Amino acid sequence: MNPSEEKDLNNWLIRSNTILQIAAILFALVFSAVILLMLGASPLDAFSLILSGAFGSSSKLAYVMTAWVPVLLCSAGLLVTFTAGLWNIGIEGQVVMGAVFATGLMQMLQDSFPPAVVLILAAFAGLLGGALWGMFAGGLRLYGNVNEIFGGLGLNFIAGSLTVYLVLGPWKRPGIGSTSGTQPFPPSLWLPTFKGFQVSPIEILLGLMAIILVGSALRGTHFGLRLRAVGKNLRAAFLKGISVEKHTLLAFGLCGALAGLAGWVLVVGTSSRHNLFPLISSGYGFLAILVVLLANLSAMWSVPISFFFAAISMGSLQLALQRQLDSSLGGVIQGMLLLSILVAKGLQSRLLFRRER
Amino acid sequence: MDFSVLIASVLAASPPILFAVLGETITEKAGVINLSLDGSLLLTAMAGFIVALHSDSIIAGFLASMAVGAFIALIIAFMSLTLHQPQVATGFVLTLLSRDLAYVLGNPYAHLPGPQVAHTPVPGLKDIPLVGPILFDQNPVVYLSFLAIVVVWAYMFETRPGLKLQGLGERPAAAFVRGVNVTAMRYVHTLVGGALVGLGGASFSLMVKPGWARPYGVEGTGWIALAIVIFGGWKPIRAALGAYFFVALQTAVNLLQSAMPNVPTQLFPTLPFPLMILTLLLVTIGNAEWMSRVLSRLPEGMQRCLIRTLKTLQTSPPASLGVLFKKE
Repeated sequence: MNPSEEKDLNNWLIRSNTILQIAAILFALVFSAVILLMLGASPLDAFSLILSGAFGSSSKLAYVMTAWVPVLLCSAGLLVTFTAGLWNIGIEGQVVMGAVFATGLMQMLQDSFPPAVVLILAAFAGLLGGALWGMFAGGLRLYGNVNEIFGGLGLNFIAGSLTVYLVLGPWKRPGIGSTSGTQPFPPSLWLPTFKGFQVSPIEILLGLMAIILVGSALRGTHFGLRLRAVGKNLRAAFLKGISVEKHTLLAFGLCGALAGLAGWVLVVGTSSRHNLFPLISSGYGFLAILVVLLANLSAMWSVPISFFFAAISMGSLQLALQRQLDSSLGGVIQGMLLLSILVAKGLQSRLLFRRER
Repeated sequence: MDFSVLIASVLAASPPILFAVLGETITEKAGVINLSLDGSLLLTAMAGFIVALHSDSIIAGFLASMAVGAFIALIIAFMSLTLHQPQVATGFVLTLLSRDLAYVLGNPYAHLPGPQVAHTPVPGLKDIPLVGPILFDQNPVVYLSFLAIVVVWAYMFETRPGLKLQGLGERPAAAFVRGVNVTAMRYVHTLVGGALVGLGGASFSLMVKPGWARPYGVEGTGWIALAIVIFGGWKPIRAALGAYFFVALQTAVNLLQSAMPNVPTQLFPTLPFPLMILTLLLVTIGNAEWMSRVLSRLPEGMQRCLIRTLKTLQTSPPASLGVLFKKE
């Protein structure tokens, strides 16, 4: 192949890639529109409802931004485990355990220390809770040969049972225990927000810092390189003297810690109910798995995609409130986007394969 | 409660998970993981209920569920076998997507009364003492589930395509050399497995848990089914026993609930899940390296006894499960 031909081929590949990606996004939208038509609803009405539900007012935008943070933190964590070639489906449970540890610590110390100290200590408790739960899944894989997908799922269920037990048992509200959760914390233990814009700068900063730190650590450090080696090829990494055991546990611990921090945000942050309740993780962890896969494991792309996904999730809540529709339509759009992008990726590599032959 | 009534109720509640486990066993035997079970079961349950309601035909409902299940499996097969994308990623997306689709499309049908599989005792056979009330005082779907275990077992171990299937998951290259069309065989078995999962979904909405709702109340079962496939060591009979074991566990937990009124009721449905992890640990821990080190230090009698127990429990997956096969 001479240079000009090669350049043509490259141009063609880039162009075909863009076209395929746009087609994939359009397909996901058309698919969702067809679903809406099947239900006798107007797609345009539903889509505009989602948009106005996400960006229609400053308070709605604030809501999206606070839902963005847990997804961002979980995405940062998942970048680590995915790089190490691990499927951390246990992330939901790690979020829950972060929330459990943070709540426990705050209940213990709220009367004896100033609020700021309690909040900071609770953040560390969240980090610890998530990290321990993550390393539990890692340990099951390493020492029990339990595939991390099933170990993680089982641990999700166990974390769920634990919150139900805590909320109805030892941590129940004075008087009646109910699944609506523990006694909410006083406003002094809420993260401070802007005046007139219900967003906590601390949350946003933490989320962005986490993904920037993880992104640059994975790209530019020796640690990132070793982690990638473990993810790409266990045997080669082993032969090079990289401890697979250590890196697996470390990856799970780091991801769990960031997920646990997301759990802390869900207890003290702006969008939270300021207490511990069953299902507190709200699917943010699973959503982050979709985000990171859609971003093709890029930290940079995870930032806008997680924001966009948070907007879809929050916006589609309006479908249930204002129309006779189920809010899961947001999930359909998100899932379909990823599925069709994966198809586009597959088609692209098929095309490439054909050209090479 | 009468013991035979108890066993009969376990058998009657088992078909959904049993069909799903058998279907996934076939799929994974061929070397493909259909991770979407938790979503597939919900979507096929919803589809079966709606079709049965509109057509007023239970059979149409079951067929629709099987078609939906096979279609989801087709996406997984196409993405993996034709487009060479990772199976776990596709399966995970389809889990969430199918679940959400079921909630969205099923929304207008929530809490509607609908058709249900009728109780059909087998005349004559049901009067056999002990066995009769357990096995033959059921409905056609339960009979079909018994039959399915036998058929899948016979197919896998007694027929030529079944034997080829064994090779497909273990050493696809060897199967290819012998003239087996690996990709086509994998497509077929993934689709058949998906259709069986669909049968499981319909058994939920038209029999065990008639109707539709959000949440439907069986969320999580698909993941359990995937774990039971591992527990079953990719063998149909052992997998079926695993399914019965799990449903028996659920029944036991329900009984426990009425026996222990002081414990919050919301806690009980979650109990089988931790137990599932423990059983999974039991069947996989024998493969761990440190285990053999620990065992070698024990006194000989105990060592032999433990090794034998672990070996019996131990299972290992088809060697090329989830691995792409490319003709070089």
